[in-house]
Amino acid sequence: MSSQSLESKYTEEQYSEVDQYQPATRTGKIANYVDQRVGGTGMVREFGRKVFPDHWTFMFGEVALYSFVITVISGAFLTFWFDPSMASTRYDGAYVPLQGVEMSTAYATSLELSFDVRGGLFMRQLHHWAALMFIMAMAIHMLRVFFTGAFRKPRELNWVVGCTLLLAGLGAGFTGYSLPDEVLSGNGLRIIDGMLKAIPVVGTYISFFLFGGEFPGDEVIPRLYSLHIFIIPAVILILIAVHLFMVVTHKHTQYPGPGRTERNVVGYPIGPVYAAKAGGFFFVVFGVLALLAGTFQINALWNYGPYDPSPVQAGTQPDWYIGWFDGLLRLMPGYIGDIPLEFVLPTPWGGNSVATPVLVTFIPITALLLGLFVWPWIEAWITGDKKEHHILDRPRNVPGRTAFGMAMMIWYFVMWAAASSDLIATHFSLSFNDVLIWLRVLFFAGPILTFIITKRICLALQRKDREIVLHGNEAGVIEMLPHGEFREKHTRVSDYELYTLVSYESPEVTAARPNSRGKVGLLEKSRVTLNRTFFEDRVAPVSREEYIEALSHDDHGTAAELPAGSVGAIESKKN
Amino acid sequence: MGEHGNGDPSTGAVIKAGEGRSSGYAIDNPGLPPHRPRLADADEKAAKRAERQVSALFLISIIGTVMFFVGYFAVGVTAGDLNMLRLQNTLLGVGVAFAMLGIGLGVVQWARALMPDHEVVEDRKPLRKEEDRAEAAQTVDEILDETQIKRRPLLRNTLIGAALLAPLPAVVVFRDLDRSEDFGPERMRHTLWTEGVRLVRDPTGTPIRASDLTVGSAVHAIPETLREVSGHGDRLAEKAKAVVLLIRMNPDDFEAVTPGREDWKHEGIIACSKVCTHVGCPVALYERHTHHLLCPCHQSTFDAAAEFKVTFGPAGRPLPQLPITVDDEGFLIARSDFTEPVGPTYWERG
Repeated sequence: MSSQSLESKYTEEQYSEVDQYQPATRTGKIANYVDQRVGGTGMVREFGRKVFPDHWTFMFGEVALYSFVITVISGAFLTFWFDPSMASTRYDGAYVPLQGVEMSTAYATSLELSFDVRGGLFMRQLHHWAALMFIMAMAIHMLRVFFTGAFRKPRELNWVVGCTLLLAGLGAGFTGYSLPDEVLSGNGLRIIDGMLKAIPVVGTYISFFLFGGEFPGDEVIPRLYSLHIFIIPAVILILIAVHLFMVVTHKHTQYPGPGRTERNVVGYPIGPVYAAKAGGFFFVVFGVLALLAGTFQINALWNYGPYDPSPVQAGTQPDWYIGWFDGLLRLMPGYIGDIPLEFVLPTPWGGNSVATPVLVTFIPITALLLGLFVWPWIEAWITGDKKEHHILDRPRNVPGRTAFGMAMMIWYFVMWAAASSDLIATHFSLSFNDVLIWLRVLFFAGPILTFIITKRICLALQRKDREIVLHGNEAGVIEMLPHGEFREKHTRVSDYELYTLVSYESPEVTAARPNSRGKVGLLEKSRVTLNRTFFEDRVAPVSREEYIEALSHDDHGTAAELPAGSVGAIESKKN
Repeated sequence: MGEHGNGDPSTGAVIKAGEGRSSGYAIDNPGLPPHRPRLADADEKAAKRAERQVSALFLISIIGTVMFFVGYFAVGVTAGDLNMLRLQNTLLGVGVAFAMLGIGLGVVQWARALMPDHEVVEDRKPLRKEEDRAEAAQTVDEILDETQIKRRPLLRNTLIGAALLAPLPAVVVFRDLDRSEDFGPERMRHTLWTEGVRLVRDPTGTPIRASDLTVGSAVHAIPETLREVSGHGDRLAEKAKAVVLLIRMNPDDFEAVTPGREDWKHEGIIACSKVCTHVGCPVALYERHTHHLLCPCHQSTFDAAAEFKVTFGPAGRPLPQLPITVDDEGFLIARSDFTEPVGPTYWERG
């Protein structure tokens, strides 16, 4: 190493400034104290007035975050009493009907939490409701992000983080659902065990290792407990931090509108308005969840009794987010006619069983979940759109995506509804065989019909937008012209509203691009087919020429009645 | 405040018409709409009213907290009194709800009615700068160069080998998640049933005489030896395989019997595994009229008259039948274990 000079790139004054600075105000003193030790005033300066766009649909992510915080708080409370042990005990708590019954410690302490700890029942119900709300809010938030195209470049990776958060949320929900060790959750675990065992080659062993032997054993609850209170929440916390960090890096998206461009963010500064609204909103979410926990009973586990492999209740339902797995299990038939779908694969060592009816259910599950993760890249590949986007799409302006998203939603809803096929049948006095058969039909026909219908609705809405731009709104006033013709008066909308209606891109079908060897491959052909389903039917946004044409045909509007800006803009274009 | 921060609430538009992205849209970006002052901005009375509304909400919050304490301390829940517990839970919940909603709605209303409501415009910074990227790439190249990893493939290859192997212990160390002595899928072929084991009622454990069962009845039964299994988990695991359903039907209702199963029934009494062959729920519902067994989890339906053949639903196999007979005292006993593994299908089942 050559000797280096002691010269610094900073001056002596810059170093000594820290000891000489004299703050003037009280806030300044606090800021100075903190800043001299750990820094951070830079962050306040950066974030104190950072701008966030405001829209009610941006709220669901917040709801998810706040629900998670409340699950953590209420869950921490529960851990002080709950004991996840499967050791056998004789119940001697306050709930009379179960006194003297042999049960696991996990179930006994769940009952203790509900009956003997004051506020314990409230906290248990708050925990459950908050967990349901957490996943519900995440799902709605993701739908908002999907239908407005907020996942597009540069936010694809944050979408993946969000998808992982959803999976982690499902994991947290299921592991928590199983902890009280009563009949209901025990049967839930039983179903998971059955699904695991259906996995070829490794499934049986995964089940053995999860349960520490044969189902149910006495190991599984403590194991789920570690996952539920430590590993999964840690993963969720880390992912939330990454998620929010990326939101700050990217800055929030915004809806199209006057004054908004791809280069700016229009909204309220964090301090004070946004912070007050968001902070106040935490208390609103907490309040709503507390109201639910106080007035709507959830998971009345004292009714079910300790887990026993023999009893089960008819009409039980899993937590909502697990419903579609359960529904799929019901939808898939075991036999087609008299032909069993299960078969034995002949192997030299005596054959292996393939549990087709269970395995087939993994296909839609994988398709939906995996599809969620990779959608940003699939869409970019179909559309060929590699640009950055900060302005959101109005769902109607992207009929292809909106229709596809709705189709997938309906697909999900059919699976979810199938989980309640027995309740649908009993509530509406139908044959449950018929209900299930119809749901099987809808499983295939539903998404296709939805795609077609949604696309037509989007196109119709786009036409309506064109109509408003070109002719204005119907004023509800019928005029009689001098020559006797009746017509309805139209009023033109302001430029501010107009801009929202016309400022969107409307891509057209892109032709197949030959590869380097001048050939159009199979992949490119399928891309073009998908591209065509996306963009073939298209309502173009009103062009400048069309708009000027419409203005000149406008019998009612004179230049004086029009907003000044638009006339100026149009004239400058003419010149 | 943002670079284009608009300090004057009465103007609003900071982007001038046509200033935004020049595009092919029908009209140019007209800029932010002019700011409309709220009532509270113009009228001090309205502002006062808003202030009173917010304070009222905060007061509601205080009342809510008091309600929580009333519920917690004043409601005495005696053991097993579900109604008082419900009342207490409602008071706690509604109390906390008021306490939280009061603060939350108050603050939100404060922000909406009194805090500045003019929108602010901030520029987006370009996420990436060309020179930053070039510099980063160069730094990485330099670092790689200094490690000499490209020049010394022996280093690289042995490192890759070591790095691939090193995580394996982290997988192997979980092997003892299942420490049972009878580890392996073979144990799933056996249950507690063997020749001569009595069928007893679940959960009382009383043996069942064939003459106790009337035509049309169905009884949950477990092996008498189950109570000898020590350990909560082991007992549950054995029970999860051994539970059977005993049904007595009119002997004329049975359809053709598979050869070899002729002596598996006793008079009209037939026994089957209660564990669904789909994913393992207890097949708990019996419809006497049609002899159908129904699994309430996924609605697999089995026909007891046709050796538990699947008539509807997702199950892929009939329920295994347990061969039974009676002993000298007339109690029902098993003739043998099940002749096939019970419960959901698994890969090694064959």
